[in-house]
Amino acid sequence: MGDVFQVFLRDDFLILLRQHVVLSVAAVVIAVAVAVPVALAVRNTRVGAVIAINIGNLGRAIPSLALLAIALPFLGFGFRPALVALTLTAIPPILINASTALRQVDRQVLDAARGMGLSEGQILSRVQLPIAAPVIFAGIRTSAVQVVANATLATFIGGGALGELIVLGFQSANLSIQIGGALAVAALAITTEVLFGFIERTFTPKGLQIAQKRRGK
Amino acid sequence: MRSLALQAQPLIDWAWISANLSDEIWPAVVGHVFLCSISIGIALVISLPVGIFVARYRRLYPPVVFFTGFLFSIPSLAFFAILVAIPAIGIGFRAVIIALVAYSLLVLIRNVVTGIDSVPPETIDAAKGMGLTPSQILFRVELPLALPVIVAGIRIAVVTVIGIATIGAYIDGGGIGELIFNGISRGFFTQVIVGAVLATALAVIADLLLLAMERYLRPWARAGRA
Repeated sequence: MGDVFQVFLRDDFLILLRQHVVLSVAAVVIAVAVAVPVALAVRNTRVGAVIAINIGNLGRAIPSLALLAIALPFLGFGFRPALVALTLTAIPPILINASTALRQVDRQVLDAARGMGLSEGQILSRVQLPIAAPVIFAGIRTSAVQVVANATLATFIGGGALGELIVLGFQSANLSIQIGGALAVAALAITTEVLFGFIERTFTPKGLQIAQKRRGK
Repeated sequence: MRSLALQAQPLIDWAWISANLSDEIWPAVVGHVFLCSISIGIALVISLPVGIFVARYRRLYPPVVFFTGFLFSIPSLAFFAILVAIPAIGIGFRAVIIALVAYSLLVLIRNVVTGIDSVPPETIDAAKGMGLTPSQILFRVELPLALPVIVAGIRIAVVTVIGIATIGAYIDGGGIGELIFNGISRGFFTQVIVGAVLATALAVIADLLLLAMERYLRPWARAGRA
């Protein structure tokens, strides 16, 4: 069992870990850059929000291995096709949460803001975004955890990352590499979950935190 | 070598599809449906009683969510790699089913609890006033009213499981993923595309069917939202 931890001392471990992190961070950053502006654009139109949420739901249903696999014939092997596929898996949770959260800001709150003489831009930045922030971040968190898990599959289309160790373990029938690789991937996923949980709490506005506590959430 | 193989072929070889429809493609779909149905079945048998129990004994709910949430956050390929290394489990569909059940628990249990919570206290008071016993209240009032939320959980679990089951083919669990992995290792696009399209189609169809069922069970929402 001690051999399992030898995996972390391999020459390629840090390279693969870096690939995994770079792939995941890039996918989530691009997904945020795509999904949040779309959600902002459709926030005041019912039809637009419904379309965005439905596209998100449909995209969520697509198996991640299917997306990675379908990238292969069109984009070939390597880092880039893996990044494209992972970005596509990262968009739906953010799109769904951001669109839903921005739509769910209470009409009365918006009316009050308007009555106070706030411009549309001010309403967005001072009212809608702060209220929607926790739900948007919950979407980014779901997406990030999912992407870290899916990045493990990048190895199947030559995208590298930590999945390579698991595959190497299988191919060479080396249990300690297989389990060591699996533990590394699991640790990375759980770290992401914990880290984002922390960020999410930090991004919840103080007023909302008090309200959530009062509701006993 | 790879790039050579990648260039010298059409995107879709229709002749291969028609030649292998009945002995390779169709069995993969059937195997996939089988794998997912068994897993969801087992997961429901566990989640319904556990969910009902922790809805009552509230102190147990957070640890259950924590544990199932932990299972849910383990990346599937890593989960498979660990399960397969356990001698009693080994390579094959057994490891895949264990993982798929584990992934379903969080969503199913959570929705059973949320569903039961969503029953208005006045309704339960009314049932008590009518002289219903606690078990009658559970089976005739709480569970029927919780059903739409439970079905919503089943929907998420089914879609998740259909997706993860494709990866299970890597440890010889069978199913549609076999087409994808065989296609990749042979460098044969048609097989890869057929597998990816079928997996997607299956997930989307299951999603829409269960969504329809959810709506059907919630006539009040149907009327209200339209």
